[in-house]
Amino acid sequence: MELIHVDGKDAGTITLYALSTCGHCKRTRQFLNELGVAYDYIEVDLLHGEAFDEAYNLVKKYNPHGSFPTLVIGSEETVIVGDRLKEIRAAIGK
Amino acid sequence: MVTRFDVERRYLALKKDAEQAGYFLNPDEDFTKELVHGLLVNEDRYGFASCPCRLCVGPREVNLDIICPCDYRDSDLAEYGTCYCALYVSGEIAEGKRQVEPIPDRRGPVPSECLTAQQKAGAPAASAPAVPGPLPYPVFRCRVCGYLCARDEPPEKCPICGAEKDRFEKFMG
Ligand code: SF4
Repeated sequence: MELIHVDGKDAGTITLYALSTCGHCKRTRQFLNELGVAYDYIEVDLLHGEAFDEAYNLVKKYNPHGSFPTLVIGSEETVIVGDRLKEIRAAIGK
Repeated sequence: MVTRFDVERRYLALKKDAEQAGYFLNPDEDFTKELVHGLLVNEDRYGFASCPCRLCVGPREVNLDIICPCDYRDSDLAEYGTCYCALYVSGEIAEGKRQVEPIPDRRGPVPSECLTAQQKAGAPAASAPAVPGPLPYPVFRCRVCGYLCARDEPPEKCPICGAEKDRFEKFMG
């Protein structure tokens, strides 16, 4: 399972589990880009086999509903499900 | 490859259908066209227009409930004023009187029958309720729009919303 890294200011570990076709996922990524923070993301619908299982099991670990976007922020692993931009901003501490 | 032209054409078709049937597309055109793009990508990839905001695993038979418009659209519109993706919204939201908020996914995690993709075809159907006497015809229900018809088999396409035959469930009889 390979995450794609996006460069930016260091705001701790930020990982976005997304779908390549989903509007809310795209909006979340755009928002992270606007904040200018570094983050990693993965598009789970493009994965197959073991990489898929590994990624989707992680999504369900953080968000038992298994829905997208699932964003995991910081060492305390704050989980935000959906494009809740205000909550994302608050959790990242900008 | 999905082109801008494809997106434009499908967007206009969906908008026309929605307006004729009393539905509203999200007035945020850019966002809506992103979703239409996602639908077209899924149509290419899976052979059916599976919901752009849900993970599709397995063949059509185990994903009938999330072919757009999904089985959950009307319940979500009634409860939240938006479908899960926010492609379809209520009149209030369409007029800009209310904003779209993220809503929970009624479907839940990818069902295990999709993950194993081995189970027999057919979305999890509630069994048809018992009726007092024998019916001259079984009654079928369109899962997308709720249309009911009493006949030997469901129609090829729903005459109300155009959903395919396999989106019907037996409702009675
Ligand atoms: S109607 Fe259902 S399948 Fe279609 S975009 Fe909305 S949530 Fe997705």
